[in-house]
Amino acid sequence: MSSNSGFTMQRMVVGAIALAALLTVPHFLSFHHQDLLIFLTINVLAVCSYRLVTLTGEWSLIHAVMMGVGAYTVALLVNHFDLAIWFTLPLAGTAAGLVAALLCFPLLRMTQFYFLIGSFAAGEAIRLTWVEFVGVFGGTSGLRGVEAPIVFGIDFLDPIPYFYFSLSIVLLCLFILYRIENSRVGLTLHAIHWKSALAESVGVDAWRYRALAFILGSFFVGIAGGLKIHYLGSVTPNQFTVGFMVFILIWVIVGGYNKFYGPIIGVVVLTIFDESIRSFEVLRPAIYGAMLILSILFLPLGLESVPGKIKSWFGIGSPPPEPPLSDQ
Amino acid sequence: MGVVNFAHGELVMAGAFTIWLLHAQFGLGYIPAIAAAIVLVTAIGLLMERLLFRPTRSDPLAGLICSIGVLFILQVIAALIGGDGPSKQVPPPFHGTLVMFDVLRIPYQRVFSLIISAAALGTLWFFLTRSKFGWALRAVAMDREAAELQGINTDRISVIAIGVGTALAGLAGGLIAPLTNINPHMGHNVIVTAFIVTIVGGVGSLSGAVLAAILYAVFHTLVTVYFGGTIATISGLVLMVIVLIVKPTGLMGAKVSE
Repeated sequence: MSSNSGFTMQRMVVGAIALAALLTVPHFLSFHHQDLLIFLTINVLAVCSYRLVTLTGEWSLIHAVMMGVGAYTVALLVNHFDLAIWFTLPLAGTAAGLVAALLCFPLLRMTQFYFLIGSFAAGEAIRLTWVEFVGVFGGTSGLRGVEAPIVFGIDFLDPIPYFYFSLSIVLLCLFILYRIENSRVGLTLHAIHWKSALAESVGVDAWRYRALAFILGSFFVGIAGGLKIHYLGSVTPNQFTVGFMVFILIWVIVGGYNKFYGPIIGVVVLTIFDESIRSFEVLRPAIYGAMLILSILFLPLGLESVPGKIKSWFGIGSPPPEPPLSDQ
Repeated sequence: MGVVNFAHGELVMAGAFTIWLLHAQFGLGYIPAIAAAIVLVTAIGLLMERLLFRPTRSDPLAGLICSIGVLFILQVIAALIGGDGPSKQVPPPFHGTLVMFDVLRIPYQRVFSLIISAAALGTLWFFLTRSKFGWALRAVAMDREAAELQGINTDRISVIAIGVGTALAGLAGGLIAPLTNINPHMGHNVIVTAFIVTIVGGVGSLSGAVLAAILYAVFHTLVTVYFGGTIATISGLVLMVIVLIVKPTGLMGAKVSE
């Protein structure tokens, strides 16, 4: 993984082309699709930060709620202190990170299935707190009144400037996440996943690294939540149900969680797919569910494994030598 | 068995919907409708076992995700059959109220549900602890390879386990149908409660689950009466986290080696 992580010339060119495409695309989209593009950008950050949490091999069900913690922090800060977006976003991440740090003590005592269920319970308890304490969190109707920020005289209520803004924030976060994964810390997280006992035997404190991954992942998803609320203007507990958590899980797994870019492919492809079956209305979740099952059964490594599979069918680089082997 | 079925709540929903369709709409008797619900839900469960859980057995997460896919599909089917309108009601087939000592009043419908549930639980308990199948099931859950070496047909055991579990989900759907509002999304509450009860009682322990279910029902009702439903659910969830920390094996769970 770390062997081919360098910034080669080829990668830089591909990156530049992709960036140019991203910057021009919103001008050709309808208002509805511009909206969608912004949420897609924010969801990319959500899935990539989730991947950091899962690097240690533990799957949590609290990530969506952590996004909500960020969103509620922004709403409270704007409503009570009228803070600018430069302050609210880092504070949103910090709040989510702090909540995660507190939850580390009970939750990280568990592993595997118990951690999954425990994090689900803790998340649902936090979410129901927002429902219950109407005075502070506004109950089921949530908090409103977060107006689109105006920065340097640019009104962010317009989707295109806000898209550029959120894209730059998300790219910055992705860069940091990528560097974390390929740093000593990230490699240690991989070690804890694949060779837990061995890692501990050479002096790695697995608990501390799991806590670190959990807190950092929550920090970045808190920022994603902050970005979302600054665009939507209001936050409700229903935006962060276990339903949304399931979507994050689906995006990561269908995309493939073994590579850094797998979840990004997952969220992009599935969002486009979801949009293309819009006309089916009621049937939409069923089509989604069927595709989910098919992708698990036939592409267990996720969409990111597709290019590799195609390559191995045809033979890489060289002219296709023989008919593909059936069980390759 | 190491299978986490997220669609279990939706199977209960499917059972309840069958009752609504056959009993309330087409006028079939209540008892035959329950039988039909059990058959239908068991069939769905067996299909899931064969098509989804068996191929993904090596990766529990994949099975979980597949069951989420089934959850979406079942909700859509229910919405297509029943329409998106308001929640459905099934008129209770048993009328009147059982009055005991002038203070305790239980509608006969609930008495019926209580008796049938208790009977089903008794049978299940006998099945799990006293029959050869129960021993085999626990052996498979503990160590699949070792069980196979002892000559246990693990595939057959899995089929029977899922079959029994889903049949009970169908029965539960049938019993709950006249007592509650039926809608395609009713499964969510079922699965949250089921998780809490299973964890607090101890995974794989039937007596623990029953004890936890009774305790949780009393606790939830009391807190709801005095503080409201949301607080009750929050404290239930917090309770579950505490149990997970203090005694991860639950109230009655046996020691599970890592």
